[in-house]
Amino acid sequence: MNAAAWLQVLASGLLMGLVYGLVAVGLSLIFGLMDVVNFAHGEFLMLAMYAAFGLFSFAHLDPVIALPLVAAAMFGVGAFAYAGVVRHALRFKANTGMVQIFATFGLATLIQGAAQYLFSPDYRSIKGGWLEGHTLNVGGVFLPSAQVYAALVSVLAFGGLYLLMTRTDFGRALEATREDKGAVALVGIDSNRVFTLGWGLGAALVGVAGAVLATFYYIHPQVGASFALIAYVTVALGGFGSVFGALAAGVIVGIVEAGTAALLPPALKALGVYLLYLAVLFLRPQGLFGKL
Amino acid sequence: MDQTGTMPAVSNAPAATAARSTFAQQRRRQLLQGAIVLLLITLLPLFVTNAYLRNVLVLTLLYAALAQSWNILGGYCGQVSLGHALYFGVGAYAASKLFVDHGVVVWFGMLAGGALAALLALVVGYACFRLKGHYFSIATILFAEIGLTLLHNWDYVGAATGIQWPFGADSWWTLQFARDKTPYIYVALGLAAIVWLVTWWIEDSRWGYWWRAVKDNPDAAQSLGVTVFRSKMAASALSAFFTAAGGAFYAAFVSYVDPDSVMNFRFSLLMALPVVLGGIGTLWGPVLGAALLIPLTEFSRSYLGGGGNGVDLMIYGALVMSVALIKPEGLVRLFAKRMAAR
Repeated sequence: MNAAAWLQVLASGLLMGLVYGLVAVGLSLIFGLMDVVNFAHGEFLMLAMYAAFGLFSFAHLDPVIALPLVAAAMFGVGAFAYAGVVRHALRFKANTGMVQIFATFGLATLIQGAAQYLFSPDYRSIKGGWLEGHTLNVGGVFLPSAQVYAALVSVLAFGGLYLLMTRTDFGRALEATREDKGAVALVGIDSNRVFTLGWGLGAALVGVAGAVLATFYYIHPQVGASFALIAYVTVALGGFGSVFGALAAGVIVGIVEAGTAALLPPALKALGVYLLYLAVLFLRPQGLFGKL
Repeated sequence: MDQTGTMPAVSNAPAATAARSTFAQQRRRQLLQGAIVLLLITLLPLFVTNAYLRNVLVLTLLYAALAQSWNILGGYCGQVSLGHALYFGVGAYAASKLFVDHGVVVWFGMLAGGALAALLALVVGYACFRLKGHYFSIATILFAEIGLTLLHNWDYVGAATGIQWPFGADSWWTLQFARDKTPYIYVALGLAAIVWLVTWWIEDSRWGYWWRAVKDNPDAAQSLGVTVFRSKMAASALSAFFTAAGGAFYAAFVSYVDPDSVMNFRFSLLMALPVVLGGIGTLWGPVLGAALLIPLTEFSRSYLGGGGNGVDLMIYGALVMSVALIKPEGLVRLFAKRMAAR
C-alpha cells in the first residue's frame, strides 16, 4: 500500500474513532461517577438509533434535525434506568459488583427483547437522508459526508461536555461527587440527584452517538452488542472514569481497527484492537489516563 | 492436618470448640444432602419419559456443573470472570477435533480439553490477575472474544462452519446416543456430582480458606502469608478445567460445534447467572440456581420465543433483573437460616 492509501485508512479510522469515543464516553462518565459498569450501554445506543429511525420514518425528521430530540429522550431513559433499577442495586452491601452486573445485564436483555418484539429482528436503515450518498474529497482522501458529520458532532459534544464539567455548578457537583460521595452530602449536594442526572447525561451522550450512527449504519435489535464491546475496550483503554481518556482511546481504537482491516482479512479487524488493549493492560493496567 | 484447626480461626474465633463440632456436623449433613439429591436425580428418568423434558434435564445438570465450576473462581476466590465461554469452547473444540479427526474417545477429550483450558486459564490469569474489579471482568470478556474471533477464522478447526460429528452406533465409549438420550442424563449428573464433591472438599481445604481470604481482603491475606496471585491462578485453573470438561460433554451431546454455539459471550453469563441466583460462594447455590433458571429459560424459549419475537428475552431479562435486585445474596439463603452461622 502506498502513502495515499494509508492516509485514507488513517482518515477513515479517525472519523470512526471519534464516534467510538462518543459511544464510550457515557459509559466512562457513569463509571467514574459511581463505579458502576452499565451492561445496558449498547442497548441504550440501539434505542437511540431506533428513535432516530422512527422519527425519520413517521415524522419525516432527518436524523440531523432529530438529534436533540433523541438526546433528550435518552436523557429520560438514562435517568429512569438509574431511578428504577441501578439505585436499588446499590443498596446492597453483599456482592454489589455482581448485583450491578446482573441488574444492568437483565435490563439489557429486557430492552433487546422488547426491541425484537416491537420492531422485529429485521435490519433497517435510513434511506434518503440529507447526508446519504455524498462524499467529500479532501486532497485525494475520500470521506463519506455522514461520517464527517458524525465526527464533527462528536468533537462538538466533547467540547460541550468539557464546558459543562468545568463551567457549571452541575459539572462541579458531578466532579465533587465522583471524588467523595460522603463529603458532598455534608455540603448539601444530594448525591442521588447527581447520580440521576449523571445517568441521564451518560445516556444522552450515547443518544447523540446513536442519532449520528443512524445516518450511516444498519439498525437492528443486536446492533448495540458490537458497539458495546468496543465501548468497553475504549473505556478500559482510556481508563475507567476518564472522560477525555475515552476520546483519545476512541480515536486510537478507530485508527488501529482501520489499520488492521487494511492489513488482515476484514473478519479479523477487531483483533488488532484487542491485542492493543492487552498490550496496554500489561504495561499500564489502569489504562492510558486512568487512576487505579 | 491443621486444616480443621484453622477453620474456626478464620470464620468465627469465639466459641471455637462448639463451632468445630457443628461445623463437622454441617459437613456430614451436606454429604448426606448430596447423596439424597444424587439418588433422587438418578431415579428421575424413570418418571420423566418425555424426550423434550429429558433434554431439559440434561441441560440443567450440565449448567449445574458449569455454574459450580464458575463458582470456584467467582464465588470462593471472588474473581468475577465473564469470559468462561473461552474454556467451555476450548473443551468443546478439543473433544470434537480429537474425536472427529483422530478417533480419540470423548472421555479422554474431556480430560485433554480440561487440561488445555487449565493451561489457558493460567495464561489469562497471568495477564489479568493484576487487575481489580471491573478491569478484571472486562479483560476476561476480551480474552473470550479474541478466542471467538480466532475460531471464526481458523480453518484447522473448521472456521465459521465448525465441526460436525459423524453419525455412529450408540456407544458409551464414544458417548454417542442417537435415539435414547437417557445416558446423557447420567453423564451430566456424574459431572455435576464430581464438581459438587470437589467444591465440598474445597470448602474445608487449605485452598478454600486461602481463596476466601483472597476474596474478602487480599491485602490482609497477603500480609498473613497467603500467596494471593498463586491462589487466584489455582482457582482459575481448576475452574477452567471443569468448565472445559462440561464443554466437551456438550459437544458430544449436540454432536456439532461452531464458534458461536460454544464460545459466545452468552455462555459466560449463563454459567454465572445460576450462581448469582442461587447464592454466590455457596455449595448448593449453583445447583439450586441451575435447577430454577435453566428449565425456565428452556420453557420460555420453547413456548414463547417462537419466531424470534423477543418475548422470551423480555421475560428472561426481567427475571434476571428481579433476582439481582430482590435476593442479591441468593435463594440458598432462604434455606440457610437454620444452618450453622458462618
